[in-house]
Amino acid sequence: MRSNLYYSDIPRFLRPLAFIGNQGIYIVNDLGRMGLFLFYSIIGVFRHPFRFREVVKQLHFIGGGSVAVIFFTALSSGMVLGLQGYYSLHKFGAEGMLGSAVSLTLIMELGPMLTAIMVTARAGSAMCAEIGIMRISEQIDALECMAVDPFRYLISPKFVATIISVPLLTALFDIVGILGGYLAGVKLMGVNAGSFYNGMEQSVTNHDINLGIIKSFVFALLLVWISTGRGYFVQQIRGAGFGAESVSRVTTQAVVYSSISVLIFDYLLTAIIL
Amino acid sequence: MSMIEGPRDVETEPVVRFVDVTKSFLGREGRHVVLNRVNFSVPRGKTTVIAGGSGQGKSVTLKLILGLMTQDSGQVLVDGQEVARLRGEGLRRLRTKFGVLFQGAALFDSLTVFENVALPLRERVRLKDDEIRKRVMSTLQDLELAGHENKYPAQLSGGMKKRVGLARALQLDPQIVLFDEPTTGLDPLMTSEIYHMFARNQSHIGYTAVIVSHDIPKVFSLADQIVILNKGEIDVFSSPDEIQYSTKPYIQEFYEMTINHDNESTF
Repeated sequence: MRSNLYYSDIPRFLRPLAFIGNQGIYIVNDLGRMGLFLFYSIIGVFRHPFRFREVVKQLHFIGGGSVAVIFFTALSSGMVLGLQGYYSLHKFGAEGMLGSAVSLTLIMELGPMLTAIMVTARAGSAMCAEIGIMRISEQIDALECMAVDPFRYLISPKFVATIISVPLLTALFDIVGILGGYLAGVKLMGVNAGSFYNGMEQSVTNHDINLGIIKSFVFALLLVWISTGRGYFVQQIRGAGFGAESVSRVTTQAVVYSSISVLIFDYLLTAIIL
Repeated sequence: MSMIEGPRDVETEPVVRFVDVTKSFLGREGRHVVLNRVNFSVPRGKTTVIAGGSGQGKSVTLKLILGLMTQDSGQVLVDGQEVARLRGEGLRRLRTKFGVLFQGAALFDSLTVFENVALPLRERVRLKDDEIRKRVMSTLQDLELAGHENKYPAQLSGGMKKRVGLARALQLDPQIVLFDEPTTGLDPLMTSEIYHMFARNQSHIGYTAVIVSHDIPKVFSLADQIVILNKGEIDVFSSPDEIQYSTKPYIQEFYEMTINHDNESTF
């Protein structure tokens, strides 16, 4: 039965306008449901009973499971920074500033950003796929039918675990990254160890550390929100398809959207706070 | 506004009522209407079977009853309450009246059989672990699942998954049990076993049952009322025999293709 307009019913010259309008309505709808999803996920954290064991399980998966990835990413990033920084500063005879350059770059920018992107790739994708599969196999419907709040039961523990894990992983990234910079700059290129530490101590302030901490919290919220939200709404996402294919597409979308959001917010937070 | 006026007789009042319900979906080809001003009631304590071809709105009907979807117009009433108007705790309270057996059983892959069946008790009722264990093991025993409680859903056969789903659906002593294609993908022996189990449980517990099924005429033998959906329209019959006297061509065709054909093929 036809009760609505088809595209073919619309005059050809108006179709681009109809397409833009249709896309606009979809985007507003999508933002609305993602906003409500965030609201209910945060409310779910405070609803009784708190799922302590599930939070610990997620901490182990999201935090503990990401330690090795973060360690190697941080070590290589720090060593590259140490080498690149040394060659750039050497031209001006300012190798003594290497400690300052490496530590500030890691604490304010690379640490929070790369940690968030690596956690998105490793744990965000897994969270999205898990929730997406639960949605298409009616497991989330089953929870709702048992009068169990799916936000409190499924989503909120992931929020809590991610928001605890990411800042801690960022701190690990910063420490290992600075160690990498020290290895490359001091041990390989022969920069004076005292000037490396002194430069670091002189230039890094509480304000810089606070910026890194704020960023890591915001990035954690963004990545867990987008990853779990895309999985939760897998059946309502336009162009995602059906079944297993929809989960794979939405998982890719979640990783891309989370990473882009982290990069955009990195700039915005730096511009606002610095 | 509620459709129910005056004092309510809870015993005789239908447990579920559809009043002029319309539901449609927007697809590439425009809007597709699956339910078009549909009216029917589910009598309390009885078994209602919903039949019809694929895509005729059978599962949608169940989702409207549960409040997992909302209708475009009309009212879906459960115990006199309009489902679409309920939110939050009100909707959750309404859903505690239901037990649902999903088409694919919808078991939680990361939980064992025991944990799956215990989940509604752990989440909805304040019971000690010993009491939960006793109740779950008793249900598993009744459904011939004892000894499988530590297995994961991936280690179970299709029939066992359905029985675990049924065990979970019955944990909170629901007033209404909804079965979405309970025997899809099962062999004839397992299908008979599931229906036998269903009949035994219903006579024992006395819940209202709504069964969506393709297993015609097997499922009709359990039915107190049969609802046939076709292209948005609905026909309600009080017995399988009544179906053959319908003058509607698609009902005649349905009868020939399912009941009559099956009767002939058994000889």
